[in-house]
Amino acid sequence: MHLKYKIQGGNFSKAGFASSEVKKILRQLSIEPKTIKRLVVALYEGEVNIVAHAYNGLITVDIDTEKVTVTLKDNGPGIPDIDKAMEQGYSTASAAVREMGFGAGMGLPNMKKNTDEMTIKSVVNEGTEVIFINYI
Amino acid sequence: MEQNVFHHAFSVDKSVCIGCTHCMKVCPTQAIRVRNGKAEVMPERCIDCGECYRVCPVHAFRIGEDDLSDIIQFPVKVALLPAVFTGQFPDDISTDRIYQAIHQLGFSHVHEVEQSVDFLKEKTLQYQISDDESPHISSFCPAIVRLIQIRFPSLTDNIIRLRVPHDLTAELIKNDFIKEGYKDSEIGIFYITPCAAKIAAVKSPVGEDKSVINGVINMDSLYNKVMALIKKEDKTSSAQHRTHLGADAITWSLTNGESKHAHGRALAIDGIKNVSEFLEKIENEEITDVDFLELRACDESCAGGILCTSNRFLTAERLQKRARKSELANRDSDLTGENNPEANRFLEQKMTLEHIEPRPIRLDIEIGTALKKIERIRELMCFLPGFDCGACGAPDCRALAEDIVQKKANVSDCVFMQHNNLLDREHAQRIIYKIWGEEALNKDCSKKGAKNEGN
Repeated sequence: MHLKYKIQGGNFSKAGFASSEVKKILRQLSIEPKTIKRLVVALYEGEVNIVAHAYNGLITVDIDTEKVTVTLKDNGPGIPDIDKAMEQGYSTASAAVREMGFGAGMGLPNMKKNTDEMTIKSVVNEGTEVIFINYI
Repeated sequence: MEQNVFHHAFSVDKSVCIGCTHCMKVCPTQAIRVRNGKAEVMPERCIDCGECYRVCPVHAFRIGEDDLSDIIQFPVKVALLPAVFTGQFPDDISTDRIYQAIHQLGFSHVHEVEQSVDFLKEKTLQYQISDDESPHISSFCPAIVRLIQIRFPSLTDNIIRLRVPHDLTAELIKNDFIKEGYKDSEIGIFYITPCAAKIAAVKSPVGEDKSVINGVINMDSLYNKVMALIKKEDKTSSAQHRTHLGADAITWSLTNGESKHAHGRALAIDGIKNVSEFLEKIENEEITDVDFLELRACDESCAGGILCTSNRFLTAERLQKRARKSELANRDSDLTGENNPEANRFLEQKMTLEHIEPRPIRLDIEIGTALKKIERIRELMCFLPGFDCGACGAPDCRALAEDIVQKKANVSDCVFMQHNNLLDREHAQRIIYKIWGEEALNKDCSKKGAKNEGN
């Protein structure tokens, strides 16, 4: 099954929509609640990353009987140093974003923790693509 | 051990149900459908929250209770009374008088549920420190426990595995009588319930084998009996020994009653819609920095229980007043607390709940089949109008689509699809009759809002 969600940069009030929708679907499959939770947490982090940093983005979710593959692709500033971005506490979020309770530098590390496989590709001034896979 | 068959206190009186959509629309687990002009409840989905009962315009929902005359078979007849019961009465009727009237009705002893609150308060704090599944969610409201099992299954481990006040107090009372020489079978403990969820909790408990409570009496029916005695000024019974509650115990079942005692950042949320909205965010970890959640299905918590007679805001205010009085008198609850180390030791053996099972609603046990069904639902949603009108007998279009893939409904149950598919008039009528009953579309001036309403 193939799901697609457009994400608008800067719109924090809608962050979480894709995660909630995907969660509803996964819940109806006979998947362990804990497995669903990991995936949804990772997806929510990804969603917030796009909202916080990029201009717009697209999330696609592919579900088969063994795994869920999530692709988060955005048009945005890109990540100059991916290794650094993977460190806990490192953040480039603006003061305004932090004021809203986001941007603590936990996003990417927390995503990684909650996924089975994760790859990041990024081009500065163009955008970022994160692909992760969770086995169900 | 959990039972596979869920006891529900609710039933629909089919002779009264007019087959409208009110209950179906408010049900938080989409457990209701209309068939043959009557509401039908799916037992595996119902969480006994009582939202349907609250909105039914013709009072077609019945809540089963045990017979008050059942108490006769027990030499010891205990009324286990939640503090909200004392908040049902006008200010000029004293708590003493209420106790007395309950004795007159045949109970040998009256105890308030919240006697075990001082104990529970301490144990909850210890639990918060020793268990790391944060946020900790109180097990107090049985409708919320069931809501979590069904709609937020990944959060079942966050529910605090401590038994609720009515069970703990009942254990304590029973133990005291056994110490006095009574047999277990001679002690009858009857819980006076403010809601249907507590009935379900007694009849098919979650996280324990069997409830210690012998019977359940609905609060509204006891209220009527007590009020009748008080109005008659009939005080034949002599004054009986009564027990007292401390201020924290009196307000425990009100909103904020638990959360104000918890560690860390603690929130109190009442109303099942508010709770669902919040749990959605907790489950996604959109909200993470909360330590304790007091979640109650009813607005104003137990003061807003569906079996309460009085206005919920007045009940809450009366209980606050009673709590202040108790505080001024420097009173503690009689049965537990610092002065009762023996009772506390006994309750420690009885306080833990077993594992609470998640019970998500699945489309199929086989994942491949479930996936296909979801794809089919999404495809059907391209065609269904999305008005969520309820004319098909399902709460919204999405629920109809689910029912269709589960072979419980047909595409042509949707009136707009009937139009689109150019169903002939007779065929369409047959379908409407099947859902809404043959009389549903007849002229009837006695219905609500019509010119002879109530005749």
